[in-house]
Amino acid sequence: MSTAFLLPATIAPDWPGNFWWHLLIMTVLLIAVLMISVIMFIWLERRVIARFQARVGPNRAGPFGLLQSFADVIKILTKEDIIPALADKPLFWIAPAMAFVPVLMILAVIPLSDGLQLADINVGVVYISAVSAITAIGIFMSGMSSNNKYSLIGAMREIAQLISFEIPMLLALAGLVMASSSMSISGVIGAQTIPFALTQPLAFVVFVIALLAEINRTPFDLVEADSELTAGFNTEYSGMKFAVLYLTEYSEAVVGSILISTFFLGGWRGPFLPGIIWLVIKMLASFFVILWIRSTIPRFRIDQSMKLAWKTLLPLAMFNLFIMAVKTVFAPGLTNWVAVPVYLAITAVIIIYWARFMRPGRQSVGI
Amino acid sequence: MLQGYGYVALFLLVSLAFAGVMITLPVLLRKFKVIPYKPSAVKSSTVECGLETTGRSWVQFNPHYYFFALIAVALDVMLVFLLPWALVLAGLGVFALVAAAIFVAILSLGYIYAWRKGVLQWK
Repeated sequence: MSTAFLLPATIAPDWPGNFWWHLLIMTVLLIAVLMISVIMFIWLERRVIARFQARVGPNRAGPFGLLQSFADVIKILTKEDIIPALADKPLFWIAPAMAFVPVLMILAVIPLSDGLQLADINVGVVYISAVSAITAIGIFMSGMSSNNKYSLIGAMREIAQLISFEIPMLLALAGLVMASSSMSISGVIGAQTIPFALTQPLAFVVFVIALLAEINRTPFDLVEADSELTAGFNTEYSGMKFAVLYLTEYSEAVVGSILISTFFLGGWRGPFLPGIIWLVIKMLASFFVILWIRSTIPRFRIDQSMKLAWKTLLPLAMFNLFIMAVKTVFAPGLTNWVAVPVYLAITAVIIIYWARFMRPGRQSVGI
Repeated sequence: MLQGYGYVALFLLVSLAFAGVMITLPVLLRKFKVIPYKPSAVKSSTVECGLETTGRSWVQFNPHYYFFALIAVALDVMLVFLLPWALVLAGLGVFALVAAAIFVAILSLGYIYAWRKGVLQWK
């Protein structure tokens, strides 16, 4: 499959505005594909989780229940739109869009295949972390504007998780920036002749855990902890606005698995198959691991989550950065398959040693 | 390279339009009587598992979040300095490594102080 026809620089149709039209069509196509895939991923998640719990899962609407999510969308679209009387109405309206748009924005800099990328900006890593932080503000707005105590607790937890887990996540990414001497996403992928998951396993572990916390997946879904906060930040939401918040959550999971495969599993790189197929395979694998973690590990308390961020992940990410710095300065050529077991061994030793600071028990519980 | 930001802006406009349409669609559907609209006092009251809500919800909150935010600001600033350093370290050599190590050590003093004082502990 040739992807050259999608390159913005190589084509300039004779339309007014030249290739901007071309980009506009690409953008709309990309968002549409993401939305369809998110809806399919919701179906996939429900089926896989059902398997983990020895159930069958949705299997009535269409073959294998494939149309279940579409039916849900139609159902939720025809629900009455209720706004609580005490809510802060403008914020209540804006909040879902504020949470949803940044998740889409991340896709603008992700290369889907060799050269198939909308915007190859030279600060891609910083762009992704900056944009993804806005989602948390949207979720905070939705919780704060609902004027509900459960929502408020969920909103405060969202901000606490964001600021805590963003630092280890960015420190892990700084290790990648160092190894690839580039901040653009295509540069980071270009440096992965060996995937960074193998040459920087410590950063990989830290990044995956921090990402799970940032996208509020299950071990860290304190924001909407059902057993204590009814539904957390989206308790007061119903109808289409709730659907947008729900879509935000799953788009984050899908985009998060794209980020894991782009940063650490080599993105579109791989033998024999076209790049986009490799990206989809890696994305599905990452998403399956996220589901696996969700169905295995019970929810953390807020104190455990904060402790994990500040006392475990932050020092580990710092160790990784300085190990990589020493390696970059003193042994720049030491990136080959022979060194991979050494990296894995160092990672195992550091994690096992540092896990002593993560003893459970004997903590008081707060909200 | 700067053109890339133009594409990002285009993407922002398209996704804003998409989200806007999704959120305002129910308003349109209500006009066409597709979705019901029967407001009542109970329906628009605050959800609190059956009980009536008391007092305001915008209250003063657990101050521990504030401590975490303060440390996070300090370490975020450190990150702003570390990212460009990481980008060009391969061409700078030992001096840059030692300089960054000293910089991080100074900041780590504050971090260790906060840890010893029990700020990172949830009480």
